[in-house]
Amino acid sequence: MRKKWIAFWSILMKDMRAYYLKPPNISWGLLFPIAWTGMFFIKSGKGFESIPELLPGVIAISVLFGTTSMLAVSVTFEKKNRSFERLLLAPISLNLLIMAKTAGAILFGSVNAVIPVLLALFLADLSTISWAIVLPAIILIAIVSTFLGLFIAVSASEVFEAQTFSNFFRFPMIFLCGLFFPIASLPAVLRPVSYVLPLTYGVDILRGAITVTNVMPLGLDFLAIGSFCLVLFYISLRNIRRKWIT
Amino acid sequence: MSENTMQRDNVIPTACFQNALIEAVGLTKKFDDVTAVNKISFSLEPGEFFGFLGPNGAGKTTTINMLTGLTRPDSGTIRVAGQGYTENPKAAQYLMGIVPDESNLYPELSGFDNLCFCASLYGIGRHERRERARELLETFGLAEAADRKFAGYSKGMKRKLTIAAGIIHRPHILFLDEPTTGIDVATARQIRQRIADLHRAGTTIFLTTHYIEEAERLCERIAFIVKGQIVTTDTVANLLQPLQGSHVMLISVSGAIHDLADRLAVGFPGYTCATVSSGQVRIESAQPVSLGPLVRFIEEQNVEVTEARRVGPSLEDVFVGVTGIEANVLKKDADKKGGAS
Repeated sequence: MRKKWIAFWSILMKDMRAYYLKPPNISWGLLFPIAWTGMFFIKSGKGFESIPELLPGVIAISVLFGTTSMLAVSVTFEKKNRSFERLLLAPISLNLLIMAKTAGAILFGSVNAVIPVLLALFLADLSTISWAIVLPAIILIAIVSTFLGLFIAVSASEVFEAQTFSNFFRFPMIFLCGLFFPIASLPAVLRPVSYVLPLTYGVDILRGAITVTNVMPLGLDFLAIGSFCLVLFYISLRNIRRKWIT
Repeated sequence: MSENTMQRDNVIPTACFQNALIEAVGLTKKFDDVTAVNKISFSLEPGEFFGFLGPNGAGKTTTINMLTGLTRPDSGTIRVAGQGYTENPKAAQYLMGIVPDESNLYPELSGFDNLCFCASLYGIGRHERRERARELLETFGLAEAADRKFAGYSKGMKRKLTIAAGIIHRPHILFLDEPTTGIDVATARQIRQRIADLHRAGTTIFLTTHYIEEAERLCERIAFIVKGQIVTTDTVANLLQPLQGSHVMLISVSGAIHDLADRLAVGFPGYTCATVSSGQVRIESAQPVSLGPLVRFIEEQNVEVTEARRVGPSLEDVFVGVTGIEANVLKKDADKKGGAS
């Protein structure tokens, strides 16, 4: 058990040092949520009282972009230069290896979510927010987005492909998950698509916890996003076994 | 290599491996319609130095990948230290060190950090891995570059560090996939020396290489692999035995005459003549080769002889005889990979 923990911790720390704690990524992690917050704030035109309404969307987008960008690129990069083989040949299970590789992205995404929350704390009254729901929701969104990034990474063979695939998933998700437009106001053909997007449930939980405007029961949201985590994790594991351990 | 470097944590005394350390039976691997490896069987005894020699695409890397768990065989079985391995390679991976054909460490980490990271994958604690990393950097002459990023290392330094990373957990079996391909002669010599030290210290070694001389110098037993099949496996001494009575002469000439070997074969029917390289012909015979008539014959073809020397039979002769592949095919393969050794 101790040996496995050492391997897990080392992979996590190596990824943190090699990818996540690099100055460009730290600045991206800081600037991106700030830019999103500013953009939504200006667009709302309502002043500081609109901040609680904006917060779920800004948190969700910050986490989504923070996790998917980094993981998809770092895994594809390591696969390309064959250093990922070193991990596959280590005496640790594939489950543990993937958990270690994704832990960095989950942490990075969760920290990204803290930035808009900290900004909002200075500008608005957040005393009514149910933090006991917000925190697990942030972590679940980070996990599901990370596993989506992993799914993309396993499908791509080049770094630029991973970036393209990431955007292919991310941008439709932003517009269809109920952030910009309520799902009920989307064209009927697009509404079912919204319900197969994990971010839809994450945003709904955050809405419920921050402004009590969720459209689905929170229990269902948690169940759905948890299911997405499991499904994406196992699909990625299966794809790695199929594609990378030939 | 110091004693410390070779002490193992997951010690399984060699005597515990009552049978073969690795036993591969009927391994086959296809990639789409191409059969990369076709029903090969072999075994490695504990402490043995085993070589896999063959041209590009012969199936050497696919075999290593199957033995190390990176590729699943379509059929056949592998046993490592008596345990079934084909279905669950993870259990045996503590025993293995792997040096792939490309230096695949992390470009953004320093040499020291790379070694520490590789040790940690085998569950080695912080203090121990730092100590081992320092020791290996010293052994491989990389101590001064310990804090430099791997990306800034020369090709030879990268290769040395990759080998160090493969042995930092003190494996029982070391797989070396073309360890000296693409690096300068001096570094290749240093690497061969370190590999020989590891073997002397008791590590079982599985080496794939393009270089016949390297295999002859280092290995105890060699398998020739061609088009996914093992053509022959034997000790170096046994492979050379049939040629002990043969006589070989290498003749260098100025200017390349592409059909000189053919002309010699016609002029001297008792000799086997082959072009070794542009400007060099190899004459082989069961009887002693008389130099005078040969030189006269060549000069009659308006070609000047610059050097003639008798050479003993080599593994190269065996390889050519057994596989039908000219030795320069292997050299060209190595050159394609950037070889210089």
